[in-house]
Amino acid sequence: MILDNNKRNPSQIQPSEITPREVFEDRRHFIKAAGAGLIAGAIASTQATKAIAGEIKTDANAKKPAAKTGATQKTLTFKKTAYGEGEKLTKFEDVTTYNNYYEFGTDKSDPATHSTLFKPRPWSISIEGAVKKAKTISIEDLLKLAPLEERIYRMRCVEGWSMVIPWVGLPLASLIKWAEPTGNAKYIEFISANDALTMPGVRVPVLDWPYVEGLRMDEANHPLTLLAVGLYGEVLPNQNGAPVRLVTPWKYGFKGAKAIVKIRFVEKMPVTTWVKTGPSEYGFYANVNPFVDHPRWTQSSEKRIGAGLFAGRIKTEMFNGYPEVGQMYAGMDLRKYF
Amino acid sequence: MYAQRVFYAKCLIWVFAFIPILRLVWLGVNDDLTANPVEFVERSTGTWALVFLLLSLSMTPIRLLTKQVWQIQLRRLLGLWMFAYACLHITTYVWLDYGFVWADIAKDIIKHPYVIVGFTAYLLTIPLALTSNSAMIKRLKSKWKTLHQAVYLISILVILHFWWLVKKDVTEPFYYAAVLCILLGIRVYYKAIASKNKL
Repeated sequence: MILDNNKRNPSQIQPSEITPREVFEDRRHFIKAAGAGLIAGAIASTQATKAIAGEIKTDANAKKPAAKTGATQKTLTFKKTAYGEGEKLTKFEDVTTYNNYYEFGTDKSDPATHSTLFKPRPWSISIEGAVKKAKTISIEDLLKLAPLEERIYRMRCVEGWSMVIPWVGLPLASLIKWAEPTGNAKYIEFISANDALTMPGVRVPVLDWPYVEGLRMDEANHPLTLLAVGLYGEVLPNQNGAPVRLVTPWKYGFKGAKAIVKIRFVEKMPVTTWVKTGPSEYGFYANVNPFVDHPRWTQSSEKRIGAGLFAGRIKTEMFNGYPEVGQMYAGMDLRKYF
Repeated sequence: MYAQRVFYAKCLIWVFAFIPILRLVWLGVNDDLTANPVEFVERSTGTWALVFLLLSLSMTPIRLLTKQVWQIQLRRLLGLWMFAYACLHITTYVWLDYGFVWADIAKDIIKHPYVIVGFTAYLLTIPLALTSNSAMIKRLKSKWKTLHQAVYLISILVILHFWWLVKKDVTEPFYYAAVLCILLGIRVYYKAIASKNKL
């Protein structure tokens, strides 16, 4: 895997980056093992007679599947694209440890540490609403709808920071085509997983669960719009929205619904989670726009993650530097429809 | 009588106060300031300024509750460390976050309520720090006390600054707000008792 990355982006991947990543993965295994130890401990205390046997068994069972996933399922086959050529990639370690994913906690480091129990397989997405026939698609069948592509996209968070991420995925348009929406489908709504058992953040009512996002149909069908199933050539880590998430690079990051379980085609504009939470702060469109400020964060400039302590800010570009989407909003007052 | 105790307590404060700075330097040298180092340093210095503010505000409640007075002599040192961390906080903001681009800084302050209250709180701490030496205390006499009561306003502005900056989960600012409420509450309670006794 690591060799692969080096081959693809020799100038962008430093050998020094490899170590922290391994350390990071080791840490995850350690956390998993520690968790197994805890569970074993609980078993030991309840079943005193089987204490020792229980501990050994649980530990062994917990370690095996993790090792298996690592060996067989991690790598993805995909074709490269011209998107993001010349961009300096954000380190894998930063992309996978600095996340906004409130289902696993509100701290940026929570998703990486609290998502180890989350199971992205088996997975299926149910397709509902204004479609010829409601149906369900498994993650395996989804991956067959179109060849996987690598798209290097900038991601601009509404909080004023940004990354450059090499996503692997397929155009959302290919799923829409398969779903066969009817003429009544004006918007598409994404509903994320909210399993309180494996997503500890869901137990706290910080947001109105489940997480809901949406796009207008033309936005959803836009060639830039991606259903990501991986990053850095690997299966999507849990903390980045495994097994499948939305990526709309010209919009603020919160539009990217993670761990999608349901897609609904609807006639009316969906009431999305952040719009419900703060309608004066977050809009349905949420297009990156340096001219429309947020009550908390400066939107005319941004901090690039990984640039270092003394790098300063970079100018934020309209539509995050993807002007090709502009025609979809021709004639719209983007101050009003922010 | 308490001179030695005060001396040791001050030594302890000096050691304690340097730990967060040394930690930041250590993490910085090891490139371990998280993916967003500027935000991390901003958060850390801001949090420690708030901690020292609350510590300096704890000295009077301790006197009211325990009838001990020696710890009042620690208040100035705690207050000055609050100012030191506030200065580090604002330096991080102006330099590391905004790279001295004054136009952007001015825009950020004017447009964002949490920045306005934070910046105002910082400006208000400057006269307090400047008049903290014994000569100024003597010179200002009764005016000194009035001036330094601005700390109550500062503490409320700082809590607002923290509260408004948070996107959704206000758990952390809530804890600090609760501590401040207790510290101010004790003062109000004893003041009420005192005025009752006067009658």
